[in-house]
Amino acid sequence: MQQASAPAVLDPEVTQSRAANGAPAAALSGAWDIRALESRARSLKSQLKQLAADPGRHWDLSRIQRLDHIGALLIWQAWGKRRPADLALAHGHEVFFSNLDSAAAAVPAAPFDALRLVRALGAVMLIAGEHLRGIVQLIGQILIDSFVLLRHPLHGPWREISASVYRVGTQALGITALVGFLIGVVLSYLSAEQLKAFGANIFIINLLGMGIVRELGPVIAAVLVAGRSGSAITAQLGVMRVTEELDALTVMGIPHTVRLILPKIVALAIAMPLLILWTSGIALIGGALAANTQLGISVHSFFSGLPDAVPGVNLWLAMGKGIVFGGLIALVACHFGLRVQPNTESLGIGTTNSVVTSITAVIIADAVFAVIFSDVGISLS
Amino acid sequence: MIPVIEVAGLWTQFGDHVVHKDLNLTVMPGEVVSLVGGSGSGKTTLMRQILGLEQPARGSVKVFGIPLQGSSVQLVQKIRKRWGVLFQEGALYSALSVFDNIALPLRELRAFDEDFVRDMVMLKLDMVDIERRHASKMPADLSGGMIKRIALARALVLEPELVFLDEPTAGLDPDRSESFVTLIRSLHEKLNLTVVMVTHDLDTLVSLSDKIAVLAEQKLIVYGSLREAISVKHPFIVNFFLGERGLRALSAVGALEKNRDRTTGNEGR
Ligand SMILES: Nc1ncnc2c1ncn2[C@@H]1O[C@H](COP(=O)(O)OP(=O)(O)O)[C@@H](O)[C@H]1O
Ligand SMILES: [Mg+2]
Repeated sequence: MQQASAPAVLDPEVTQSRAANGAPAAALSGAWDIRALESRARSLKSQLKQLAADPGRHWDLSRIQRLDHIGALLIWQAWGKRRPADLALAHGHEVFFSNLDSAAAAVPAAPFDALRLVRALGAVMLIAGEHLRGIVQLIGQILIDSFVLLRHPLHGPWREISASVYRVGTQALGITALVGFLIGVVLSYLSAEQLKAFGANIFIINLLGMGIVRELGPVIAAVLVAGRSGSAITAQLGVMRVTEELDALTVMGIPHTVRLILPKIVALAIAMPLLILWTSGIALIGGALAANTQLGISVHSFFSGLPDAVPGVNLWLAMGKGIVFGGLIALVACHFGLRVQPNTESLGIGTTNSVVTSITAVIIADAVFAVIFSDVGISLS
Repeated sequence: MIPVIEVAGLWTQFGDHVVHKDLNLTVMPGEVVSLVGGSGSGKTTLMRQILGLEQPARGSVKVFGIPLQGSSVQLVQKIRKRWGVLFQEGALYSALSVFDNIALPLRELRAFDEDFVRDMVMLKLDMVDIERRHASKMPADLSGGMIKRIALARALVLEPELVFLDEPTAGLDPDRSESFVTLIRSLHEKLNLTVVMVTHDLDTLVSLSDKIAVLAEQKLIVYGSLREAISVKHPFIVNFFLGERGLRALSAVGALEKNRDRTTGNEGR
């Protein structure tokens, strides 16, 4: 791409010589720009540094063909970040060196912190406390806004609630059915082996019935929904924060707790118990089919034995769990969504934290249920 | 001389919406070309085509004499190191601090030590007139004008020969946009940059451009000096340059008088 008439641009080169008065000299020639230096910056810099060790050296830069800020900074750093006394520059290259001296006044480094670990631990505690406070505040705000809503029920976000129920409930039917069915089958196979050894085949109904209806169904459905809808809610609110949509709502006098958060909490509290019934039902079907092949218990006798094995109050307990789990997931997801900072990294961290926290919260709530209702609905007939 | 940019017979289409129809554009080294046109006339899209971010339906784009379509990945990668782009919204990486944003292209070369990178970043911050104490801030904590200038610093850190500016002064206060224009002009003189910019700002346009490309009706209706541009009687040009704002900007540089001189056969400058 060179023009025929222009002299060819040469590689950057350093030659050592002696000036007329016998003083040591160094001459730089060729192209000292990023394109030429990209591959040999380090070697040239160390070469220049050696030459710069002699303070009385004469520097001839007038034969440099091309120079840019990168080349100038490289040479200047090799000089020890100051100009040598004896310097010849090509006309027009002065500009590249003119503002270099201010670069030496670099930013101060951060001081060493001996208590870093202690400080980090304290920061974690404070952040946890802040999250707790934030969630409590959010609950309070929602309660206040719901009271206002009670007086004007027609202004309620009914459409949003219905749309949310469809999104978090109806659209989750497929995945919860699939996972529930497989869990039922796996559990049934596992227990069948053990029960066969004791000749207690018929107890598969009690085992699967209690296990799935009371514990597994609610927890599996909640974990799936936390991963599926919790992350979506956090991401949606987070993006709205990033794009200032939340602020736009606020300045229009539309409280986002009513329009965005309340519908999600209500929708999940409605959809979650129904999803739990659905998941448990499908899991029981899977278990019954597996019990049929493994233990020869017919599907009909499995389901007709179920009401005796599992008292009906367990269903109500599962539904109650569903309402609590759904509310928790939505609350945690909204809380983390609102706390997203306007940048992409924070969005990713917020979504991850939201899912991890809501699953943890669900498991903790489940443990609390287990303790409180330990003597409810467990018959030993 | 080999043109820096050579767009020939470019067609762009989104669905059945034709944005460019047989568009040609040649930019020579050292020129400052301003792209103007109504909102939605396809300025940003044209820039994205030249940058290789979008593929034209028909036609070719050559940058530094190298066709973007059909060249090897390495060759295109090499071109990309020779240009710098200032996006309309800055496009700073929001996960990185100001310092790391500017340092990123330098570090990516793996040719320079960290001391060099730090000094270079500080020099670029000085160059775009950003105080050094902002270096550790995150992009989310900056104003629009600061983001623009930092994005320019990032675009310039690899000493590009060609610079694209999409609406460089939009959203800046007059004082800042004035200094932005001065900055770009001095860079252009110092480094002999080729500049392609999209702008709506008449003051910027009038004081910087060597050539003006007016995009309307899916092609360049004018491509030439300011005086050539305003002598064309197209509704967009009449509105844009000869409206109240336009006349004010033009009279500030005396382009109108010169235009009048030219029509009486008395070529100025
Ligand atoms: N990715 C896309 N898909 C569909 N249409 C697009 C796309 N990008 C741009 N357009 C359309 O192309 C036209 C030109 O857009 P643009 O180049 O952004 O205009 P401007 O001149 O304002 O920068 C507009 O009508 C826009 O709607
Ligand atoms: Mg645009």
